Amino acid sequence: MTSISRLLTAFGLALMLSFAGPAAQAQVNPTGSSVTEDALFEALGSGGMVSGRATIPDPEAGMLIKPENKDWAVLQGSTLQTLSIVAVLGMLALLAVFYLLRGRIRIEAGPSGRTILRFNWIERFAHWTLAATFIVLALTGLNLIIGRTIVMPLIGENAFGTLSAWGKIAHNFLAWPFMVALAMIVILWIVHNIPNRLDWEWLKLGGGLFKKGVHPPAKKFNAGQKIIFWSVVLGGAALSWTGVMLMFPGNLAGPAEWQFYQTIHALVAAGLSAIVIAHIYIGSVGMEGAFDAMGSGEVDENWAKEHHALWVEEVKPKALERGGPKVTTPAE
Amino acid sequence: MARMKFLCDADRCIECQACVTACKNEHEVPWGINRRRVVTINDGLPGERSVSMACMHCTDAPCAAVCPVNCFYTTDDGVVLHNKDTCIGCGYCSYACPFGAPQYPRTANFGTRGKMDKCTYCSGGPEPDMSQAEYVKYGANRLAEGKLPLCAEMCSTKSLLAGDGDIIAEIYRERVVTRGYGSGAWGWRTAYGETVTV
Repeated sequence: MTSISRLLTAFGLALMLSFAGPAAQAQVNPTGSSVTEDALFEALGSGGMVSGRATIPDPEAGMLIKPENKDWAVLQGSTLQTLSIVAVLGMLALLAVFYLLRGRIRIEAGPSGRTILRFNWIERFAHWTLAATFIVLALTGLNLIIGRTIVMPLIGENAFGTLSAWGKIAHNFLAWPFMVALAMIVILWIVHNIPNRLDWEWLKLGGGLFKKGVHPPAKKFNAGQKIIFWSVVLGGAALSWTGVMLMFPGNLAGPAEWQFYQTIHALVAAGLSAIVIAHIYIGSVGMEGAFDAMGSGEVDENWAKEHHALWVEEVKPKALERGGPKVTTPAE
Repeated sequence: MARMKFLCDADRCIECQACVTACKNEHEVPWGINRRRVVTINDGLPGERSVSMACMHCTDAPCAAVCPVNCFYTTDDGVVLHNKDTCIGCGYCSYACPFGAPQYPRTANFGTRGKMDKCTYCSGGPEPDMSQAEYVKYGANRLAEGKLPLCAEMCSTKSLLAGDGDIIAEIYRERVVTRGYGSGAWGWRTAYGETVTV
């Protein structure tokens, strides 16, 4: 290309631009189609958000205004807080009433002194890992919901901040052994927890919980224990899934997903905490002989006959083959 | 006492990102954290507008409502600040914020959220004004020096306004009346429950 032709091209381009310039400006009138925030929100309707492009390499930076996020603030700041308090205190109140009316459920035939192995060491290990981690997770989680109204005024902002920071670390780390233990109890106990006709009979009789001398027959786990099992397994799975999602927020699409997982996490946690409080009650002060099942693993034969008659029939012949039931008190 | 607010006149913003850069520099904000950002709406289309957005220092701030450790507080100037010593980096404030203001360094366990960082309206934190401890955690405290936030102060088109809400609203109203159009005070209705009426 010669220098003259270049010059001509440049001249031609300049000529074109001088004509096209004003025309282009006339096409894009900055005032004519001015977007207003009010009009945008009206077009988006409820739950809408204004977003655009940002140069920051963070996909969330393009979100400009999302008024709906304030709704979650109300849900979290007051509704979930109230629900959590009601769930925990409500269950404690129910159990207190139950204790006053029914008292401690005794072994009606009295302790026999002979014991049967109910849970072996691996079952107890899984249970107590699950139990210990759940208690820490529940308390540190509850602290996030109601700590600032209950604990903070007592110990001051600095101490409460430090405590909660450690609580968060504990919550994040203990979630993993919790999940392992949850998987263990599923593997160990799921065969014993499949619902059957027997459970219906048990439930119709209220499990004998409310009346002395009523002992509906049950295998290794009765319907009440199956309810606990499935609550823990399904609730624990829901908590694990939502919890892992919350632990890696960078993998989620933004506030709407975080809010969803947090709400499910808090609701399931409140419900499961209430159920587990009832479980702790009946496994300790609520029933004589029940704690031994998870304590030493050996339960009194009379306790077993009363609460798990069919299970005793299943396991006793096997135990006899292995040398008979252990006698813990000397036969004088 | 003044009630400090931000107002971005989107009809003036030229998306130069100087507010973003100035903020990062003034407070030595770490990598990956942007206390202020510019969002372009209708990018490349007729009616394109850019809005510079940071913490709006809301009235009845939703972040403060959800914080499990109550680390937020509102100053006499209406600026919403937080205490990083108390913050546990749970992320709830970022779920509740309508403006995407809270930012987190990825320093905690599993590489997740560390202590929250956000726009301080150039007024530091709970430490003594203009102290080194305050600077390290929150950046410069220009309000204590009698200056307004740097992002607004150096805005070349005076699109971003900072100062007493009534005064900047009046400036914006005059502009809209004079030039005959305006896209509105972005985020005001969400942050303050009221907008600038012309």
